[in-house]
Parts: sequence; structure tokens; C-alpha cells
Amino acid sequence: MEQVTTKDFGQVNTWLLDQPTMLHCKDLTKVYPTPNGDYVVLESLQLEVRKSEFISIIGHSGCGKSTLLTMIAGLNVISGGKVMVDDDTVTESGPDRAVVFQSPSLLPWLTVLQNVMIGVNQVFPHATRAQKSDICHYYLDKVGLGSDTKKRAADLSQGMQQRVGIARAFALKPKVLLLDEPFGMLDSLTRGELQDVLLEVWHREKITAVMVTHDVDESIFLADRVIMMTSGPYAKIGDELVIPFERPRRRAEVLEHPEYYDYRGYLMNFLNH
Amino acid sequence: MISKVLQPARELVEPKEKVTLINKDKLIKVVKFIGLGFLEPLVRIGVGEEPRKNALLIVKSTVFPVCSILLFLVLWHYGAAYLFNVEANIKIEAARAAQGEAAALAMKECIASGDLSCKPNVLPSPSEVYEAAVTLWQDHLAIMAKKVAFSEKVAETNASRQAQGLEMITYTGRPSFIDQIKTSILTVFAGFLLAMVLAVPAGVLMGLSTTLRTSFNWLIQILKPVSPVVWLLLVFMIVKTLIKDPSLDKSFIISFVSVGLCSMWATLVNTSLGVSSVDKDFVNVARVLKLGIGKNIRKIVLPFSFPYIFTGLRITISVAWMVLIAIELLAQSPGLGSFVWEEFQNGANDSNAKILVAMIVIGLIGFLLDRLMVMLQRLLVVSKSEAS
Repeated sequence: MEQVTTKDFGQVNTWLLDQPTMLHCKDLTKVYPTPNGDYVVLESLQLEVRKSEFISIIGHSGCGKSTLLTMIAGLNVISGGKVMVDDDTVTESGPDRAVVFQSPSLLPWLTVLQNVMIGVNQVFPHATRAQKSDICHYYLDKVGLGSDTKKRAADLSQGMQQRVGIARAFALKPKVLLLDEPFGMLDSLTRGELQDVLLEVWHREKITAVMVTHDVDESIFLADRVIMMTSGPYAKIGDELVIPFERPRRRAEVLEHPEYYDYRGYLMNFLNH
Repeated sequence: MISKVLQPARELVEPKEKVTLINKDKLIKVVKFIGLGFLEPLVRIGVGEEPRKNALLIVKSTVFPVCSILLFLVLWHYGAAYLFNVEANIKIEAARAAQGEAAALAMKECIASGDLSCKPNVLPSPSEVYEAAVTLWQDHLAIMAKKVAFSEKVAETNASRQAQGLEMITYTGRPSFIDQIKTSILTVFAGFLLAMVLAVPAGVLMGLSTTLRTSFNWLIQILKPVSPVVWLLLVFMIVKTLIKDPSLDKSFIISFVSVGLCSMWATLVNTSLGVSSVDKDFVNVARVLKLGIGKNIRKIVLPFSFPYIFTGLRITISVAWMVLIAIELLAQSPGLGSFVWEEFQNGANDSNAKILVAMIVIGLIGFLLDRLMVMLQRLLVVSKSEAS
């Protein structure tokens, strides 16, 4: 495929310019020592995400994009460089960087409400019962589970469980929302539904979000900027693409946008080379 | 959704059937809950559901097992008769060798008459065992009557002794077979509780820490296969020194502590396995939410390892019951084990039959204990989901 170039490429979303930096990865490196020498997954990666920006990271499987996300979350040891969230250096995991995991990871022995409540209890220990319950119900309503709060998590379908996963993450009121291929395990219909749900909840809160995905359409539809990672080892950011589509976005409008296929082609072209 | 749509229609056509359907489902649920799932086809056939299929199921799930038991009884009967003949012939031959043909003939007649004095001492037949069971039950009733009579007799004395602050007079006669069973069950539950109290927390700690797990692994592997007999002697050595108070029932303490120590290993190993295998996703959730150690154990670790712990507890209670009989037998503490031993030493003409009664009772109680654990597990799982 021909390299596509349009006038928009390389531009910055102007509304983001006056936003402060929320997430900053400086010289971020991940090394796994092996008997045959070090295996370098990520080398000296630089990434800056502004407040209220939604970025998606795409790349081939095994390129280290999930490693990057788990290091930001504090779930994976940082070998070199540092991650800063709101000017604080990340040392461990915490609810200020909520994660939506690939598998919904709900506690199956708890109800839908309890699954959200367990996080809310941690973040708002001094709130009254009613306040905490309000927070949980608000987000569960928003993801379309307002009437299923008393169901056991184990009794829900995978897609419904991931809705709870989204509600649980937002209910923590995090500074950064981390999404690790959140819809990777779902069928394409459910995936579309959940993208809409996610976008709608996100649009109200505008929480800085980083999503790892290998779905090109998903990355364009959801993100303000798509980060393309080169294949590992020594993975780094190969290119990035600003998606200037207006928000709130509607799927049909995005798909019909005259530049949509240019962006799509650009990303596909990167992934195929 | 679909059932909601269909239900009104069914109500219109056959309003009566709906009522029986609900009852049937409830009944099946109860039957399954108490671990008698094999009765399910019987319930279904009772309401006239798929008679052919359910009749086949009944044959498979109930008739065949009953047949196998009958077959066992028949084999037992003929086996016992064969052994009886072998033993009788030996006796007759011995009489002939010692005292000649006349004595042999007398012995033969004596055996044929069923006289107790020359009855061959062999494996009792099923009918003898049944008779022994009846005898034991009547014996129990007689002892109960004696106890009641005794307590009526000493009621007045006891009242005055109580007023003076003296100890009450209690019945000290021989315990009945049923009393022995009760003592054994009490001991096994005490031992089981001890095992649970020791093994579950220790297992959780070991599951959480790889260091602890590797540190204690050898010790556990060495202690686990030790025979109950040796545990009993060890406990005896310790309890003898520690407990000097004569009012405490030393033999009861020794047997339940030994039972607990013998049977706790399965729970310990299973709990630590369950705790250490908590799903990585849940570990990550706990880390992101920054759950404290207590909350982590209560909200994630324990619920996750619950099935493992329960499997361990099930093994523990069956091991506890098995070693209890051996321990009672050795420790001479009251219970089924010492009943068996005493009957064996006693050598009365129905002793062998009584031993077999005890064997059947021991088997049945072991089976019931296992069912009890299964029911308890279901109960806890159900109540947990209902409460939430």
C-alpha cells in the first residue's frame, strides 16, 4: 500500500495544548535478565500524555505494549527511567491509576455492586455508606447495569462483566485510566457496544486514558492520538498519529468521515512494515 | 426471558401442572442438596415425566447398587457357611485324633445341634450379624432404663448433695453400644475442630509466603506419613506432663488431640495450595486497589481458596474418623474402637458378629460424615450467593 499523507498528519490537537502533562514516561526501559544476557523489551521510551487526552497504543503481539502499560500501573518492575503521574514518580500500584484488564477480573463470589464497592471503599474510606453506594450505582447505571447490581459477577456474560470492569475503574476516580486490551476477548458485536459505553462514560469525565489494543479501528474510534510501537526486542515508539475527530464521537460519523480511511491506511501501513 | 414469555401460556393451558412442576423442582433441589441425587429420577417418574427414560435411570442409579449389595450379602452368606464347614471339619478331625471315632461323632452331633459349647468360632453370617445388632440395641434400651431408674433413685440424694456443694453422684455403669458411638462422634468432631483451627490459619500463612512454604515443606512431608499410633504415643507423652488436673478427661484429650494431629495435614496442604494459587488477575486487582493484608485475605484469598480448603477438610474428616477407631483401640479410651477391641478380647459366642456390626456402623458413619461435609459446603456456597 502507498504511504498516505494528508495535511492533518503530524498536527497536535490544539485544545490539548493548554492542558498540563498528566502522564510522563522518561527513558522508560524494561530488561529481563536471562542466562544468555539481558533481554531488552523496551529501551528508553519517551511518552507524554496531556490531561484529558485519550491515547491508544498499537503494535504487534509481544512488542511490549502491555509491558509498558503494566509498568505505568506499577504492576511491573521498572528497570530504568521513570514514570511520572501528575508530577509524582510511580513506585507502586495504586487506585490513582485504575486498570481495566483484558479479562474482566471480577471477583466471581461477589455481586456486581460489591465488585465496584470494594474499590470505592478503598478510595473513599471516609464517605458515608449512602455516598459510596451512590457512586457505585451512578457508574453501574452509566454502563447499563443499573438493574443488575445484585447479580453475582459469575452469572454475567463476558461482555457484561467487562462493563462492570469499566464501572469499577471509573468509580475509583483515577488520575489515569489504563486499559489493557479491554475488549480483546469479546466478539465483534459486543466489542462495538462496549466501545460506545466506554466512550460515553469517558466523555463525561475526560480522565486521561491509555489504551493498549491491536485493533486499528478501535484505536482510531476511541483515541485522540495513536501511538505505534515497533516490534520488540528494543521496542520503542515508531510513529504517532493524531486523530482530530470532534467529540463526542459517533461510530457512524467516524466511519463516514472522509479522512477515516486515510488514517486507517496509515496505521495498517505501519503495522505491515 | 423466554421462560417469562412462555409461562403465562402454560398457565392458560394447564394451570394445575404448573403447581406440581414447582414442587417437583423444589423437591429435586432438596434431594440433590442433601446428597441423595440418585433419587431424582424417582421424583420425576412420580410426576409422570418421561417414564421410560426415568425408569432406565432408576435402574441404573438405584436398582444396580441395591443388586450389588444383595450380591455381596449372598457371597458373604455362602462364604461364611463354607468357613463354618471347614472349621467344623477341623474340630471333628481333632476330636477323632484325640479321642477316637465316638468323640468325633459326638462332636458332629453337637455342632449340628447348634449348641454354643462346641460352636466353631468363624466369620459370622449376615443373619448372625443382624441378630447381634438387635441384641446390641436391646442392650442399649436396658442400660437406658437402668440409667433412668438410677437417676430417679439418687435424685433426692443428689439434690441434698448439691445444696451442700458436694459433687453429684453419676451413673458409672457399662456404656451401651450407642453410648460408644456417641463418644466416638464427639471425639472425631473435637479432633476435626482442632485440625481446622490449626491447619487453616497455618495453611493461609504458608500459602501467602513462599519462604514459609519452603521452610516448612520438609517438616510437613516428614510428619505427614507418620502412623496414628505414633502420634498417639507422642501426644500421650506430652499430655501426661501437661495435664495433672484429675477432673479433666485425660483419655478423651489424648484421643482427640491425636486425631486432630493425624488428620490436619490434608487441610494444611490444600489450604496452602489454594492460597498460593490465587489467580494472577485477582492479585493484580488487589494491588491496584491497594487492599491491606487483612482485606486481601478476607475478600480475595479466602473466597478463592474456599473450594481447596473444603476439599482438604473433607479428607481431614474422613482421615480423622479412620484413625479415631485405631487410636481408641490403642488408647483404651471409650468409643467404637475400644468396643471392637473389647469384643475381640472377650471371645463370647456373638463377639465376632458384634465386631462386624461395629464395622458396618463405622462405615455408615464415615459415609454420613462425608455427606455432611458436602452439604455444609453447598450450604455455605448457597448462603453466600443469597446473602450477597
